[in-house]
Amino acid sequence: MTNPNNPNVISRQSKIDDQEYKWGFTIDVDSDVAPKGLNEDIVRLISEKKSEPPWMLEWRLRAFRLWEKMRDEEPEWANVEYPSIDYQDIIYYASPLTKDNDRPKSLDEVDPEMLQAFEKLGIPLNEREALAGVAVDAVMDSSSVTTTFKEKLEELGIIFCSFSEAIQNHPELIKKYLGTVVPYSDNFFATLNSAVFSDGSFAYIPPGVRCPMELMTYFRINEADSGQFERTLIIADKGSYVSYLEGCTAPIRKKSQLHAAVVELVALDDAEIKYSTLQNWYPGDKDGQGGVYNFVTKRGKAQGINSKISWTQVETGSAITWKYPSVILQGDNSSGEFYSVALVNNHQQADTGTKMTHIGKNTRSTIIAKGISAGKAENTYRGLVKIMPSAEGAKNFTQCDSLLIGDQCGAHTVPYIEVKNPTAQIEHEATTSKVSDDQLFYCMQRGVSAEESNYMIINGFCRDIFKELPFEFAVEAGNLLRVSLEGTVG
Amino acid sequence: MSKIAASEIAFIEHFDSFNSMMTSTQPNWLNQKRADAFTNYRTNGLPTGRRGNESWKYTDVRDISNTAFANSSEDLITSITEKDLLDSSHLNKNWSTLVFINGVYSSSLSTQNPNDGIQITNIKDALGSHGQIIERHLGKYIAPDDDPFVLLNTAFINDGAFIYIPKGIASQDPIHVIYFSTSETDPTISHPRTLIVTEEFSETTLIESYVGTPKAKYFTNNVTEIVIGEESRVDHYRLLLDNPDSFHIGTTVVHQEKASTFSSTSLQKGAALGRHNLTSTLAAPQSTCNLNGLYMTTGSQHIDNYINIEHIEPHTTSRLYYKGILDGSSRAIFGGTVTVQRGAMKTDAQQKDKNLLLSREAEVDSKPALFIYADDVICGHGATAGHMDDNSVFYMQSRGIDLLTARRMLIKAFASEIIEEVKIDSLREYLEDLFVSFEDELTLLQASSI
Repeated sequence: MTNPNNPNVISRQSKIDDQEYKWGFTIDVDSDVAPKGLNEDIVRLISEKKSEPPWMLEWRLRAFRLWEKMRDEEPEWANVEYPSIDYQDIIYYASPLTKDNDRPKSLDEVDPEMLQAFEKLGIPLNEREALAGVAVDAVMDSSSVTTTFKEKLEELGIIFCSFSEAIQNHPELIKKYLGTVVPYSDNFFATLNSAVFSDGSFAYIPPGVRCPMELMTYFRINEADSGQFERTLIIADKGSYVSYLEGCTAPIRKKSQLHAAVVELVALDDAEIKYSTLQNWYPGDKDGQGGVYNFVTKRGKAQGINSKISWTQVETGSAITWKYPSVILQGDNSSGEFYSVALVNNHQQADTGTKMTHIGKNTRSTIIAKGISAGKAENTYRGLVKIMPSAEGAKNFTQCDSLLIGDQCGAHTVPYIEVKNPTAQIEHEATTSKVSDDQLFYCMQRGVSAEESNYMIINGFCRDIFKELPFEFAVEAGNLLRVSLEGTVG
Repeated sequence: MSKIAASEIAFIEHFDSFNSMMTSTQPNWLNQKRADAFTNYRTNGLPTGRRGNESWKYTDVRDISNTAFANSSEDLITSITEKDLLDSSHLNKNWSTLVFINGVYSSSLSTQNPNDGIQITNIKDALGSHGQIIERHLGKYIAPDDDPFVLLNTAFINDGAFIYIPKGIASQDPIHVIYFSTSETDPTISHPRTLIVTEEFSETTLIESYVGTPKAKYFTNNVTEIVIGEESRVDHYRLLLDNPDSFHIGTTVVHQEKASTFSSTSLQKGAALGRHNLTSTLAAPQSTCNLNGLYMTTGSQHIDNYINIEHIEPHTTSRLYYKGILDGSSRAIFGGTVTVQRGAMKTDAQQKDKNLLLSREAEVDSKPALFIYADDVICGHGATAGHMDDNSVFYMQSRGIDLLTARRMLIKAFASEIIEEVKIDSLREYLEDLFVSFEDELTLLQASSI
C-alpha cells in the first residue's frame, strides 16, 4: 500500500482492501426537488427559487429558447457512444433543505447529516479542523452548502462564494463577465447549462492580491435522477494570483446521470489562475451500468498581457467524459498550460483534450496529456492548437502519451494543428504503447508483485502531471489512480 | 435542394450518354458496378457541406461543383504530341510508358516493352485478355465505399493503366504511366482508373505522373488500386505536376498480402486544388509500408493529403513521413490516420509531418491521428510547423555565405530528406531540377526580398 502521506513510498504489499467505488454512498437529507422535465416554467422556477433579478432570468430564457432550436443538434463528433439522453426525464433542480429553508449562516446551522457526509468524503468543512490553507465551497446537487474561511478572505478583498450569492451581492461583476468566455450560444451543453444552471462557485481576486490559500469547490450529486448543472466563474484582476481546486463524486446509481457544467476563467494583465480538477464522478459498474455523463465546457481567457492560465486535471471517474479545458491566449505574452491524466477502466469512455487559441503576440502554450486505458474502455485525446495571423512568435509544445493495459481497450490521439502565422513554432509528439515488459521484469525480479510494479510504472508515467497538483491533491490523485487500476492486472 | 450545382447537371447528362455507349462494349459485371456507383453517388453528391464534414474539413470543393465540365473532343485528344509530354513530364525512352490524354489511351505516344509475361496495357484492352483478374480485383479494396469522388470515378470507368506482374518476376525498368490533361474553351474532366496486380515473389517500380498543358482548365479524378502479393514489393512514385489552374482529386488504395512491402513517394507541386487520398491496408502479417511525401505550394494553391494506414494483422510496420514547403497565400493540409485493429499485436507505426512556412499568408493544417485498439504496439506521431530558423541562417552568414544562398541551402536541405530517397537516378535528377525551378519561384529567394 502507498503510504498516505507520501505517494512515492511504496511498501511491498499488494493487497488492496477497497475494491469498490468508495464514494458511492447516498446521504439521507431532505431535498427540495423540482418536477422532472425541462420547459420554460422550470427555468422560471429555478430562477425564482434563487430569487434572481430579472436580467438573470432574461439571460436564462434566451439560452433556453436557443437550446430548444438546437435540440436536434446534440454533438455526435466525439469518439463516445451512449444511448440518447431523454432531457424530459431529468430533475433540473434539487436542493438540500435546511431548517428554516434558508442558506445556513454558519456551520452550526448545516444539517449534521450533510456535515458528516462531507467529512466521509474527506472534505473539511469544519474550519477548526480544516487543513490549513484551503477554503472550501461545498455544492450538493443544485445548491451550495457552505463556504469556509469567508471572512479571512474578505479581509484581502477576495470574493469567494456560491454563484447564487454572487448574483445577489455582486451583480456588477456577474453582468460584466458572465458569458464573456463561454457565451450562452457556445454549444449544445453550454446552452443547456446557461438555461438551467443551479449553483457553483464564484471567485474574484482584486488587483495585486496573491490569494493566501487554495480555493476549493467540492461538487456532489446526491439526488437520484437529477442532473447537475453548475457554473463557475473566476476572475483574477491585474497582477493577482489564485490556485483553485475542484473535486467531485456521486453515489452509485443504476441509471446514468447527466453533469453539464460550465467554467469560465478570466485573467487580466499579469494575473495567473491555476485550476486543478480531480474528477471522480461515479464511473458505472463493471458491466458499464450507470455512471455519470460528464459533458463539460471549460474555458479560460488570458485576456491581459503577461497573463497565465493553467489547467491541471486528473480524470478517473465518469462513465463518459467529454471535456476540453481551453485557453484563449488573447493578451500579448500570455501563456496557457494543460496538464492531464485521463484514466479509463471497465466500460468508461473519455474524449478529452484542450484547445489553445493563440491571438496575442509571443503567446506560449504547453500541453502534456497522459491517457491510460484498461478493461474495455476507450480513451481519446482530442486537441486543437490554433495560431491566428496576429500571433507573431507564438510557440506551442504538445506531448500526448497513451498507455494501454489489456487487449480489449482503445487509445486514440486526434490532434488538430492550424497555423496561420509563419513565425509560429509548433511541435507535437505522441506515443502509444503498453507497460514495457522490460520495466515490469526489472521490478518483479526485485520481488515487487505484478500489481505493485504496474502501479509504480503507471504512477511514474503520470508524474509530470501529478507534480503540477497542489500537495494534498497529489496524494489524493495517487490513491485514486491505485483504486481505478484495481483488477487490471490478471 | 434548391439549387443543383453546375457540375451535378453535367454529370447526370454525361452519365446517361456514356452509359448507353458503354453497355454494349463493357462486360455485364462492370456495367452493373458502374450503375450502382452512380446511384450511390447521387445519394449524397459532392462533399460540399461544411458542417460535420470531417474528412473534407479543410478542403472546400465548391469550386469543382460549380464548374460544368465538358467532354473532350477527339481532335483535342489527338492534337497532343510528344513535345507536349516532354515539356511537362519526365520521359525515359527505355521504360515502358503508358500515355493517356484526358483519360483516353494513346497508343502512338505509348511505348510497351513487356517481358517475362508482364502485362503493361490499358484496361479497355485488358478487359478482353485479363477480364477475370480485373473482375476479381477492381473496386474490391476500397472501403468504406462511400467517397463521392471514388464513386464518380467508378461510374465513369472507361480506361486507364492495367499492369499485371506474374509470380516470381522482377520487372527491370520502371513502368511509367502518364495522365496528360488538356482543354480548349470549356473545362474538361477525366476519370482515369489504374489497376496494378502483382503475384507472389515479384518486384516492380511504378511511376504515375499527372501533367497537363499550361493554362488548360481541367479536373482529373483518378483512382489507383494496387494489390501486392505475398513476399512482393512495389515501389511507387506519384508526381502531381498538373498546371496551377487545374483541379486534381486522386485516390490510391493499396492492399498488402503477407510479408509484402509498399514504398511510396508522393511529390506534389501542381494543381490549384489538389487532394490525394492514400489508403494502405496491411492485411497480412509482416507487411510493411513506407510512405514519403513532399508538397511544395506557391501562389494560392491548396494541397490536401488524406492518408489512412490500416494495421489489420499482427507484426506489421508502417512509416509515414511527409514534408511541406509553403509560400505565397497557399494552404496545405495533412491528415494522417493510423488505425491498429484489435489483435494487430506487435504493430510498429510511426508518422511524421513537418512544415516549413515561408510567407505571411501561407497556412498549414495538420491532423495526425492514432486510433489504437491493441495494447502490444509501438506507435507514435509527430508534427511540426515553423519558419526558417534564424539561427541557422545566421550561422551560415557568419561563415561567409550570403543570405540568399544560405536560405536556398536550408530550403533544399529540408526537401532533400525526401528527394534523396528516390532510387531511380534519372527520376531523382529530374526532381532535383524541378526543385530548383520551385526555389526560383520563392519570394524569400528573390534579390528584392533582402
